[in-house]
Amino acid sequence: MQHTLEQFFRALRAADVRVSPAEAIDASRAVAVTGYGDRTLFRDALCSTLAKSAEEVGRFEAVFDTFFARDAAPPPPPEGSERDEPSEEDMAATESSPLAQAVLQGDSAQVQQSMEEAAARAGVADIRLTTQRSRLTRRLLEEMGLEEIERIIANARRMPNGEGEGLADRLDQARRELFAQAQQYVARQHDLYAAGSARELREERLARKQLNADGGVDPVDYQLMQALVKKMAKRLATKYARRRRAAQKGHLDVRKTLRRSMAYGGVPFRIEWKVKKVDKPSIVAICDVSKSVAAAAQFLLTFLYSLNEVVDRMDAFAFSGRMISVNDILDENGVEGAILKVLQEIGFQQTDYGRSLQDFADQHLDSLDRRTTVIFLGDGRSNFADPRLDIMKQIHDRSRAVIWLNPEPESYWGQGDSVMNRYARFCHVAKQCGTIEQLERIIEDVLRSYVPH
Amino acid sequence: MTISPPAAAANAADPLASVDALIEGLGSVGYIASRRIATALFMAVKLEKPILVEGSAGVGKTELALSTATLLGLPLIRMQCYEGLDESKALYEWKYGKQLLYTQILKDRMGETLADAPDMDAAMERLHGMGDLFFSEPFLEPRPLMKALREDDGCVLLIDEVDKSDEAFEAFLLEVLSAYQVSVPELGVLKAKTPPLVFLTSNNVRDLGDALKRRCLHLHIPLPEAALEERIVASRVPGIEAKLTRELVAFVQTLRSLDLRKSPSISETVDWARALVLLHAGSLAPEVVRDTLNVILKFEQDIAAVEPQVVELLHRK
Repeated sequence: MQHTLEQFFRALRAADVRVSPAEAIDASRAVAVTGYGDRTLFRDALCSTLAKSAEEVGRFEAVFDTFFARDAAPPPPPEGSERDEPSEEDMAATESSPLAQAVLQGDSAQVQQSMEEAAARAGVADIRLTTQRSRLTRRLLEEMGLEEIERIIANARRMPNGEGEGLADRLDQARRELFAQAQQYVARQHDLYAAGSARELREERLARKQLNADGGVDPVDYQLMQALVKKMAKRLATKYARRRRAAQKGHLDVRKTLRRSMAYGGVPFRIEWKVKKVDKPSIVAICDVSKSVAAAAQFLLTFLYSLNEVVDRMDAFAFSGRMISVNDILDENGVEGAILKVLQEIGFQQTDYGRSLQDFADQHLDSLDRRTTVIFLGDGRSNFADPRLDIMKQIHDRSRAVIWLNPEPESYWGQGDSVMNRYARFCHVAKQCGTIEQLERIIEDVLRSYVPH
Repeated sequence: MTISPPAAAANAADPLASVDALIEGLGSVGYIASRRIATALFMAVKLEKPILVEGSAGVGKTELALSTATLLGLPLIRMQCYEGLDESKALYEWKYGKQLLYTQILKDRMGETLADAPDMDAAMERLHGMGDLFFSEPFLEPRPLMKALREDDGCVLLIDEVDKSDEAFEAFLLEVLSAYQVSVPELGVLKAKTPPLVFLTSNNVRDLGDALKRRCLHLHIPLPEAALEERIVASRVPGIEAKLTRELVAFVQTLRSLDLRKSPSISETVDWARALVLLHAGSLAPEVVRDTLNVILKFEQDIAAVEPQVVELLHRK
């Protein structure tokens, strides 16, 4: 049974429930207390030792139900069917194959056991891809001794006067059932061990996909991408959203120490150090949603949305022809609704960087101070209009940092109607950011070095 | 879980005999536990591991610890976590005032004792010979964690809202939770004679570290199903009519299916039931519901959203 538990842990790990060796030991100890008799007790005990968050509990239950599936073993054949009583001759003819005898006797426990053993030999649990299923099914059946059954069937068919036909038909039937059973078994193993890794593979590929490629993100992958961006935002959130008290050891706070020492008759029992209170990050994010970045716009907005959930003090703007504040839209709608609404209101028009910067300067320049980090998400293509570098300079001078993330590669900057190279002069950081992976790395750098903490 | 009276009487003697006995026992002190809750608690006692309880506000996380303490007849030591909580508030503190007095006394005595020493070396020799009490147990002011470890007959330690504390404090908890011991630099390691039963609760303000999670059993308390909630209300609000209980639980369950900023949890249901009993409401009439909506909904927007549809929600079953 220890082996079964180990397999179960592997299945859990494949389903993204992290099981450390220490937890595995705990689980074994828990099982030693509960025993295997009571299914609910067994499950709950394992659950409390292994699943460590609400999401993991959900995944745990799914894996548990698949792994310890009740219907894994087929129900015994109905009473009174002819297979219940295999004749003496049948038993004699199938003497060389214990599997055939078990099948004829309808001994499903025996069949199940030999299937488990064969599966261990055939390495079914190492399945990785859907395409491996049929090959592994075949190997599983071979390991179980299907060839022997096939030989007996062939022999029976060759017997004179059709004597063996009855036996051959029965075995043939049994063979088909066995095949179906093996297929089911392999499919279940695939669900347990491979389904999770396939998703991981897709996520990994998606994280590296160029977002401004033609057609943007595949609609099939869209949900996955949103989940990915959300995950990333959450990771950043746990790191940066909290205010920390950073004690600067080495700087003595004389006044405080003296005040404290009053209680002890002027003896400085307790030394007080200066503590720097940390400002919460304040971020202004400005997102281009015009035609030229159409493919990446959805992604940029998804990111904007996640960032809005992460950072307490964030002002979000979107522009193409003009600029509007999208704070309310992001706050009040779900992620898909919000993106749709922003695009409806302002999206896909002709870009006018100068005009939009003017809008920003009119309404919000005053809110920039030395604690504010300004993040631009856009391609810097101005349609040959005045780029208003003077406003850009003002923004640069007033804020703590200006960061420009451009979905286009650096070699395109300054070509055609791109004024990116000119804007870049007024940015503390200007970087290409074409994939989710790049985005995460850059944003993390940004938060680390430019957001005060 | 229905257990025949004789069996219940037998189990009452030892609530830790089995999961069923534990459910029964918790029920007798007024906590209606689901099977999963009882199993997690049972495992925590048997494996001597801390238990991390998560769930939204008001589902009875803290209550579980309180009820367990009552059931097992152990003292409850409670520590509320908050940002900036540190060792000196959680573990121990030296009694500085008394230490100061001690040094004063020492100084006075010192003169007498050392007066007849022939030279400096002899005086130092004698000084070393005196017991050093400055950092010793009498001057130690125990805080919740140390108190819990020094309860020789065991106790229930409740570390409330551990997610509100700093990461540094979380790391500091690890030693206490895994080995039930603390090291005080001046004194050495203090180990608990009887490991306390530790409950940690979390509202998911931030993700807890893996190291902490790994050392604990995990229990997530979801919002209860209607049947369970009815039993909780009946047990918490004595004298409430069965019909009213059914109606109000059904109404709260419908509210939870709506998109609200804060769904009502068990504590709100219980409060509401108490309010309705006080108002002598025999059944849920729309006007009564409208008047008392502020008991179950805690946001102005939620109340505004629900108020117009009260009649409709009451009829939706």
